[in-house]
Amino acid sequence: MRLTQGTFSFLPDLTDDQIRAQVEHCLAQGWAISLEHTDDPHPRNTYWEMYGPPMFDLRDAAGVMTDVAAARSRFPDRYLKLNAFDSSHGVESIRLSFIINRPRHEPGMALVRQEAAGRAIRYTTRTYATDRPEGERYT
Amino acid sequence: MEPTNTGAPLEGAERYRAGVLRYAQMGYWNPDYEPQDTDVLAVFRITPQDGVDPVEAAAAVAGESSTATWTVVWTDRLTAADTYRAKAYRVDPVPGTPGQFFAYIAYDLDLFEPGSIANLSASVIGNVFGFKPLKALRLEDMRLPVAYVKTFDGPPTGIIVERERLDKFGRPLLGATIKPKLGLSGRNYGRVMYEALKGGLDFTKDDENINSQPFMHWRDRFLFGIEAVNRAQAATGEVKGHYFNVTAGTMEDMYERAEFAKELGSIVVMIDLVIGYTAIQSMSKWARRNDMLLHLHRAGHSTYTRQKSHGMSFRVVSKWMRLAGVDHIHAGTVVGKLEGDPNSVQGFYNVLREEHNDVDLARGLFFEQDWGGLRKVMPVASGGIHAGQMHQLLGYLGDDTILQFGGGTIGHPMGIAAGATANRVALEAMVLARNEGRDIWTEGPQILADAARDCLPLRAALDTWGEVTFDYASTDTPDFVPTPTSA
Repeated sequence: MRLTQGTFSFLPDLTDDQIRAQVEHCLAQGWAISLEHTDDPHPRNTYWEMYGPPMFDLRDAAGVMTDVAAARSRFPDRYLKLNAFDSSHGVESIRLSFIINRPRHEPGMALVRQEAAGRAIRYTTRTYATDRPEGERYT
Repeated sequence: MEPTNTGAPLEGAERYRAGVLRYAQMGYWNPDYEPQDTDVLAVFRITPQDGVDPVEAAAAVAGESSTATWTVVWTDRLTAADTYRAKAYRVDPVPGTPGQFFAYIAYDLDLFEPGSIANLSASVIGNVFGFKPLKALRLEDMRLPVAYVKTFDGPPTGIIVERERLDKFGRPLLGATIKPKLGLSGRNYGRVMYEALKGGLDFTKDDENINSQPFMHWRDRFLFGIEAVNRAQAATGEVKGHYFNVTAGTMEDMYERAEFAKELGSIVVMIDLVIGYTAIQSMSKWARRNDMLLHLHRAGHSTYTRQKSHGMSFRVVSKWMRLAGVDHIHAGTVVGKLEGDPNSVQGFYNVLREEHNDVDLARGLFFEQDWGGLRKVMPVASGGIHAGQMHQLLGYLGDDTILQFGGGTIGHPMGIAAGATANRVALEAMVLARNEGRDIWTEGPQILADAARDCLPLRAALDTWGEVTFDYASTDTPDFVPTPTSA
């Protein structure tokens, strides 16, 4: 399967030039860039690991791209996403978030069903990757 | 007829002598009145009967929507009548429309019960709309003072928290209404949902009149539907949702349906505007208690919002619904099959999404409005839109909206999932290009054509619907910038 979280997952994987253009757009808005990685792509996994704190003072796309390259080489088989954070009043949240690295093979997710009262079913989404210990999931 | 003053206010014994006075003489017209920060302000479009002075008509609207009755009553003197009397303070001719006037009226805050749209509306759109000296009356806009705004809970979730819950940022959300809207069995209905969600939509939706009919009882719809939502979630790794319409004949039935949706794990329930303001506020409280998104379909609004001479503007409905507390509201598409002038629709969107609205007469916003930190409502664009309009939709409506392609998904020649994929690819390609600084208004069709090279479903969608437009003149347009209309 192809995990389609993030703003641009239905497009072909973005090139570095395309990523840089998005970063420049975000920086021009005054947003702070941060990178996060995980090997547990469950849709409700909110807290991916931070690859450093948000770069509030970094206003240069080239610097972000250096970090992107470093994160990719350190975690080549993990999902990596780039977030743009807007601290302005009334937002104080993420404004753009897209995947910039993904494992070569994405095994997908199973839907576990528990038959409950009446005809109701309790559903659990289980990522196949998390059958294995953290750090060994996509090797 | 130009506005003229029809009599200075009377005072003391003269004012309260038994009999009938002009409304202006009774004190409902005060051109020197300075609206207070705590006043509720309203602007009405009035069309007086022939021979009725517009200032007297404005005073009558102020009177009939506040303390007045048709004759003098001495019992006014038992009250602080000068405070409770609404004051018409300004009357302007409507540009380019002889016989119509904008009447501005100020209401003291104490006239209204805190946190009750029912109470607010019973005054300002109550008896006054049937008042004989007027041919027609329309509530165009309101300014709700912050002190009053703060008595409402507002949206249970709001745009920011909705995005955080869904983990979806930086683009409009995508939805589709299941079609045909009537007749599908629960099992077949869930099939359409599954295909659309798996193909790339974030939400699917019940139509406004899908409740519990012989062909599909509500429990069947919910049970099959939640299977579709969860299957699609596992297939894509994304949070998905379906607006289960819990509209029913009684509050008890609605609560029962909403509770069942919650037990099944749904993230969103839906109601129709026709259930009424009080029922909407009750469901809002329920949604807030249960961490549920609340989707509002504006079924019925066009019966009183569409014609410019009589009724009320949808911008007022939008303001009331932000106070009442819904998370989504259908607010127009500009380019689709349903009524919607671009300026007016953008005005509705601003009311729903901004922290503070400035006066913007071109978009029909007559007053400055401070929302006092009330959460923002996600406007929904639904009705006759397709992937080929993506540059216009994104350009007119921005990121914080839900674009709903019902026919434009389900009617796709390669199937429902392909229809959904076409819409998602078109949207992501357009957002990417816009962020890169490209001019999507002029380059939009080319951006779509380029994206379609990598995406057969998008190519098929553009081939099928690329030329379809709904280009009719709007009836509901702002009047301050004179615009040609077909009224």
